[in-house]
Amino acid sequence: MHNHYYDPEDLKNFGKVTEFEEKMGAKFFEYYQTVFGKGALSAREKSLIALAVAHVVQCPYCIDAYSTDCLEKGANEQQMMEAVHVACAIRGGASLVHATQMMKHVKKVNLP
Amino acid sequence: MTKSLFSQASPLAKGEEQIRILNEGSPKLRTLTPFGKKLEPLGLFPLKRTSLEIFQVNVGKMCNQVCKHCHVDAGPDRREIMTRETMLQCLKALKESSAHTVDLTGGAPEMNPDFRWFVEEIRKLDKKVIVRCNLTIILANPSYYDLPEFFKKYQVQVVSSLPYYDKRNTDRQRGDGVFDKSIKALQMLNEVGYGKGGTGLQLDLVYNPTGAFLPGAQEELEADFKRELKTLFGIEFNQLFVITNMPISRFLEYLEQSGNLESYLEKLIAAFNPQAAKGVMCRNTVSIGWDGYVYDCDFNQQLDLPVLSQTQRRLHVAEINWKAFSEEPIIINQHCFGCTAGSGSSCGGSLVE
Repeated sequence: MHNHYYDPEDLKNFGKVTEFEEKMGAKFFEYYQTVFGKGALSAREKSLIALAVAHVVQCPYCIDAYSTDCLEKGANEQQMMEAVHVACAIRGGASLVHATQMMKHVKKVNLP
Repeated sequence: MTKSLFSQASPLAKGEEQIRILNEGSPKLRTLTPFGKKLEPLGLFPLKRTSLEIFQVNVGKMCNQVCKHCHVDAGPDRREIMTRETMLQCLKALKESSAHTVDLTGGAPEMNPDFRWFVEEIRKLDKKVIVRCNLTIILANPSYYDLPEFFKKYQVQVVSSLPYYDKRNTDRQRGDGVFDKSIKALQMLNEVGYGKGGTGLQLDLVYNPTGAFLPGAQEELEADFKRELKTLFGIEFNQLFVITNMPISRFLEYLEQSGNLESYLEKLIAAFNPQAAKGVMCRNTVSIGWDGYVYDCDFNQQLDLPVLSQTQRRLHVAEINWKAFSEEPIIINQHCFGCTAGSGSSCGGSLVE
C-alpha cells in the first residue's frame, strides 16, 4: 500500500476508468482523441497548451505526460517554460483583476 | 573528456551484459514482451532478409567526440580501426554483392588513415557512398579542413548528427563546444555546394532525442530545423532523418542511472509499429565491423551479436557467400524495439510516414 496520493503507475490505468462506467468513459476518450487529432492547431501547439493547463489544474499525471509529449513533439525547454508562464500569468492575472472590484468597493465605502 | 565505457572497464562495455540487462535487469524487464513475439502475428518471425541494398562498414571506433548516447561507445580512447587489408576484403565482397550504397560509419570514419583511399576504391566500383560525419572532425585538425572538397570530388552523401538547432541541447548530448563547431562545419559544407539546390551534393542531418523520449514527426522537425538554421546561421541542408535512441551502450547506462530504463522500454514496446517492423533496415543491410566480422546491423555489432556461418562460426567478410547470407535469419533481441517504435527508426530516419 502506497502512503502517498499520487502513483505514476496509476496513469497507465487511466483507460480502465471505463470499468465502472463504460459509456461515459468511452465517449470521453473518443472526445479526447478528437481534440488531440489533426486540426487547425499543430500537434506541438496542442501539447504546449495541455502542458500549461496541466500546471493550472495542478495534475501531476498530466505534467509528466505532457512534459514528455512536448519534447516528443519537438518543443524545447524554453518554449515549455514560456507556456507555463502564460498559464501562470493568466492564473495570477485572474486574481489580480479582481482587485478592480476591491478598489471599487473600497472607494464606495471610504470617504471621498 | 569523458572516457568510454570500454576504458572505464564498465560491465556495460560488453554486449552480453547489455543483453542481460535488457532481458533480466529487473523483475519488470523480465515480464516485457519479447521482440520476436511481436513479429510472430505479422508473419515476420523469424525475421528474413530482403534484397541487399546497403553495405554498411564501421571503419573504427576512434572518434574526436564522446557523445552521451553513442551506441558504439566511441571516443578518442578507442583504438579499434579497420586495416587496409580488411578494406580490400570488403571491396571484394562489395563487388560481388547487390548493394548499391556503402554507408561508412564509426567513430569518426575520417580518422581511419585509409578512409580516403577506401572512398576512392568504392567509387571505382560505381557504388554510392554515404559518410556518417560528426561535423566537428572537419575542424579538428588542419589535415581535415579539405574534407568538404574531398566529399564533393567523390559525390559522397554527408549525413551528420545535430540533435537540435540550439547550443544547449546539442552540447548536452555531444559535448561542450560541439554546436558552434558543427555550425561552422555546416557552413563550410554549404560553401562547396552541399545542401544547396541543383548541386546534387546531398547533406542530411540526423535528429535524435536528447533524453528518454521518442522523436517527433520527421516532417515537422525538418521544417523547424530548416527554418531555424537558415534564419540563425544561413545554413541549408536537404533532409532531416529522425532516429530513436537505441537502449544500448552509453544510452543504456544513462537509462539505468537515471531510473528511466523500464519506462523507456515500455514506451518503445507500447509504440511498436507493425509497418515499421516490416521495413526495418537490417532486412536490406549488411554491417561489417572494424575487424571484418559480419553483423545484421550496427547495433548488433556493438552488442556482439554476429552473423554465424553455416558451421556456426562468426562469419568474416572475406568468406561471405551472399546466397547463404541471404537465407540466414536476422538476429533479434529487445533492443530491436528501438527500430520499430512510432514511425520507426533507421540510419535513413523514419520508416513510415
